[in-house]
Amino acid sequence: MIKKEMIAMLLAGGQGSRLGVLTSKVAKPAVAFGGKYRIIDFPLSNCINSGIDTVGVLTQYQPLRLNTHIGIGIPWDLDRNIGGVTVLPPYEKSVNSEWYTGTANAIYQNMDYMDSFNPEYVLILGGDHIYKMDYEVMLEFHKEKGAEVTIAVMPVPIEEAKRFGIMITDNDKQITDFEEKPENPRSNLASMGIYIFSWKTLKEALLANSDQLGLDFGKHIIPYCHQRQAPLFAYEFNGYWKDVGTLESYWVANMELIDIVPEFNLYEEYWKIYTKSEILPPQYIADDSWVERSIVGEGTRIFGKVYNSVIGCGVTIGKDTVVRDSIIMNHTDIGDGCELNKAIIAENVTVGNGVKMGVGEELPNETEPHIYSHGIVTIGEKSVIPEGITIGKNSVVFGVTAASDYPEAYLGSGKTLIKAGDES
Amino acid sequence: MRAIGIILAGGNNYRMRELSQRRAICAMPIAGSYRSIDFALSNMSNSHIQKVAVFTQYNAISLNEHLSSSKWWDFGRKQGGLFVFTPAVTAESNFWYRGTADAIAQNLTFLKNSHEPYVVISSGDCVYKMDFNKVLEYHIAKKADITVVCKDMEPEINVDRYGILKMNEESRIEEFEEKPVVARTNTISCGIYVVRRRQLIEMIEKCIEEDRYDFVKDILIRHKNMKRIYGYKLKEYWSNIATVEDYFNTNMDFLRQETSDFFFRQYPDVYSKVDDLPPAKYNIGAHIKNSLISSGCIINGTVEDSVVFKKSYIGNNCYIKNSIILNDVYIGDNTHIENCIVESRDTIRANSYHKGEDGIKIVVEKNDRYVI
Repeated sequence: MIKKEMIAMLLAGGQGSRLGVLTSKVAKPAVAFGGKYRIIDFPLSNCINSGIDTVGVLTQYQPLRLNTHIGIGIPWDLDRNIGGVTVLPPYEKSVNSEWYTGTANAIYQNMDYMDSFNPEYVLILGGDHIYKMDYEVMLEFHKEKGAEVTIAVMPVPIEEAKRFGIMITDNDKQITDFEEKPENPRSNLASMGIYIFSWKTLKEALLANSDQLGLDFGKHIIPYCHQRQAPLFAYEFNGYWKDVGTLESYWVANMELIDIVPEFNLYEEYWKIYTKSEILPPQYIADDSWVERSIVGEGTRIFGKVYNSVIGCGVTIGKDTVVRDSIIMNHTDIGDGCELNKAIIAENVTVGNGVKMGVGEELPNETEPHIYSHGIVTIGEKSVIPEGITIGKNSVVFGVTAASDYPEAYLGSGKTLIKAGDES
Repeated sequence: MRAIGIILAGGNNYRMRELSQRRAICAMPIAGSYRSIDFALSNMSNSHIQKVAVFTQYNAISLNEHLSSSKWWDFGRKQGGLFVFTPAVTAESNFWYRGTADAIAQNLTFLKNSHEPYVVISSGDCVYKMDFNKVLEYHIAKKADITVVCKDMEPEINVDRYGILKMNEESRIEEFEEKPVVARTNTISCGIYVVRRRQLIEMIEKCIEEDRYDFVKDILIRHKNMKRIYGYKLKEYWSNIATVEDYFNTNMDFLRQETSDFFFRQYPDVYSKVDDLPPAKYNIGAHIKNSLISSGCIINGTVEDSVVFKKSYIGNNCYIKNSIILNDVYIGDNTHIENCIVESRDTIRANSYHKGEDGIKIVVEKNDRYVI
């Protein structure tokens, strides 16, 4: 009979709308990070490094890139006879077919999957954070405290506490109360959205609340358990943990990787981050080029100058091009003589010769100022930028654009040019 | 699937000097992220040859480990597969492989149990990219018994370390000499052959009877008049890493755009075992010109006209020129390395100076390394 001690359920269905065009066609966990990785590589690698070999990945929004990336889980050693990684999209049933309406609803709809492994404990994870964590240690804490639910928490500066779900604990770390985005927080322990449930507790809680619309862990399941006086404990995590939910935080987290001794160290031997590598060849750095304070992925050819940037795999940077403070994702071609400043360029983009980005004054973006801000230029995947165009700051371009789309070869600061959509 | 593959990876070559002490020739790292045998293996896989036997012998540990999983080259496990044969003691024999033909002879059941009509034999120490189906079609069209893939070398090149062939107008091989002192032509044998499987079994069985062990001398050269042996000219890049100079030049060839485009930017790809290393990191002070840098490297110094393999660390103020830095090397600050091949897993102390004066210097230095 199959029995797994702990299985993991990874919630990867969200859109991540605050990443703008980066997630128009791609779920947030599949967005590239750190040159060659994708955001979901971090929780997946954490699972296998913690000894968890059964992971259900719940997808919903635009899962194609994610599914291709995960495959049967070979890169994370999750190709197993029993267990391994399984992608779980919403599915039709004979009655009551529905999309996943909330985080806990998604888990509830996959009860049979979880039951088939007869687990003792279930680990609930989000798929959109950058961190390294040994879940085995969290499980030991859970067992030691006799908890039914353990919530991973992170101490945050008290001024920031009002942005999070806050847990109030006693000396033994048992949770006595919690508040969602409180004006006057009583503690600084923020919930990370990572939970370990004893399976019996989770199953009972899900079944009891199955009718709740938009069933959510933070809003419904945890309060339900607390009301029933189930022992809830807070596991304090003190390592690097970054939410890359906005373009600005995404950019900052990438840039932190290029410090001399980065806080988040990818070069550690014993806790490797695995990913699906499509490209193997080494990078070629030409004569007359310059690469400084940057990280570069495999198969990239650099003929220009790159400073303070994160470059993905299979990228070509043309001659006399200067790239600063930018993130360029896989398979993108940057032409000759370009100048890129604080740009985030998605995958498979073609940028023509002599294009300048991120120049001029900074103006708020005209359509979505809260998404495209901080002077970042965003170019969505598979876009084409013709030769000689100049693009200002806080702008966004998405789609195959032609010279005619740019009056006077100029896209001002704060402008939005989105041409992608269904071909007619 | 019309053919099965055999890769001869068991030999040693003393002209590789200290480099062959650490590993088999076919496991020599090439072009940053690959090993020599990856080229032959990828060609087999891309030509849809699903079943490949690799004969290893000399210093086989790292080679066997590299081949431990057939999935990197896409060798199907149910239909076909990758078989690694290292000599084993059996009731019939307790000899090592005494030669290329002997290696095949000791594993004759591999050939006998297959049903594919043809066998493609390649040596594992050649760097090349080809579709074996083209040679197979040529072999069938010429009604050849054996087809030898060959290449015309440039007139200036010294060919006395290769097998030289002379073909007639129909490409039938009339003369074949192994490493002649005076070569009559500049057409060399590439070490790649196509034979009919049953034919090969017959010829090997004859070798066993006569106690002969070498494929080239005892099968090809001996039978050149009795069997129809044809030459197939290979026009694209081919290189063989038989000497330290050849190995060095082959790696440096990948700095040229045509060569690296041919191998890496043209379909199909060359595959290798994946190493899960982070992207290369260029810190302040890194100054790279015309070089290949692999994953996992951390560069703080100057690197010119060089190939740096995986996971190497180059300290501050270093000057690396015209050199090959193999895998997992730690180079301390202020070091000067020129015209060298630095052996893998070396730790070079700070303030060292290594320069190859007449030819390539091989640097083997194992100091204590403090892992941060």
